[in-house]
Amino acid sequence: MTVSVLFFCLAAAAIMGALGMLMSRNPVNSALWLIFNLLCVAGLYLTLNAPFIAVVQVLVYAGAIMVLFLFVIMLLNLAAMPTLHDFSLRHAIVYALAIIVLGQLAYVFSSTFKGGFPSADLADAASTGSVSSIARELFTRYVLPLEMIGVLLLAATIGAVILARRLPRRSVDNTD
Amino acid sequence: MQIETDWYLALSAILFTIGVLGVLFRRNVIIVLMSVELMLNAVNISLVALSQSFGDASGQILVFFVMSVAAAEAAVGLAIVIALFRNKESVNVNDFNLFKY
Repeated sequence: MTVSVLFFCLAAAAIMGALGMLMSRNPVNSALWLIFNLLCVAGLYLTLNAPFIAVVQVLVYAGAIMVLFLFVIMLLNLAAMPTLHDFSLRHAIVYALAIIVLGQLAYVFSSTFKGGFPSADLADAASTGSVSSIARELFTRYVLPLEMIGVLLLAATIGAVILARRLPRRSVDNTD
Repeated sequence: MQIETDWYLALSAILFTIGVLGVLFRRNVIIVLMSVELMLNAVNISLVALSQSFGDASGQILVFFVMSVAAAEAAVGLAIVIALFRNKESVNVNDFNLFKY
């Protein structure tokens, strides 16, 4: 009972955070709303008895990624930010597309799992989401993808440094 | 005590739709990137809910990998935004039309 009450509070807060991100004019406010949303989602993972994913969510998303976003927002010129437009035909099309996407998702979810879900007991769910069971899978069955993720992160780091580097002036040196 | 998976899937669909709206509505490329993060996050919710519902830890490992790829994507995407801003002095997606015509 308390879990479902907690779920509805966190879900409402998460939707509010997402809408706040969508609506706010200032990108810094947008980023802060998104951080709020991500923290609510971490709480939702806790209600699902997945503590490892919840902690990683706070560390990676709300910590690392959003700090990166805030840094870039403050690095760029705030005066150059584009503002929101007034309502137009394009917005009507956007709303229609969003409603189509939502209907499609609802249809897929409801038709694929017609017999309802095998709702697990909380004890089973706790053993599934525990750190030890995830680590056992991660370092036995999924050890190759784990190593590849390491290589991917290294490549992304190097790529980000090279992309964001200030290009040196093209000098006309003829060393060869 | 049962976990109701349907509600988590509904929340995931709603958050994904808000992310789609953000990508289509906003002209600021940083907010477009943040909306992409929101969509990845919505998918993660449904993955964790289904993983707990079926009692299989593989779904949560997939969430772990999605988060790593999202971190890499954010780093490279924001580096591209910085490089674009240096060239165009703008973060408006309407100004980035080099490949449009």
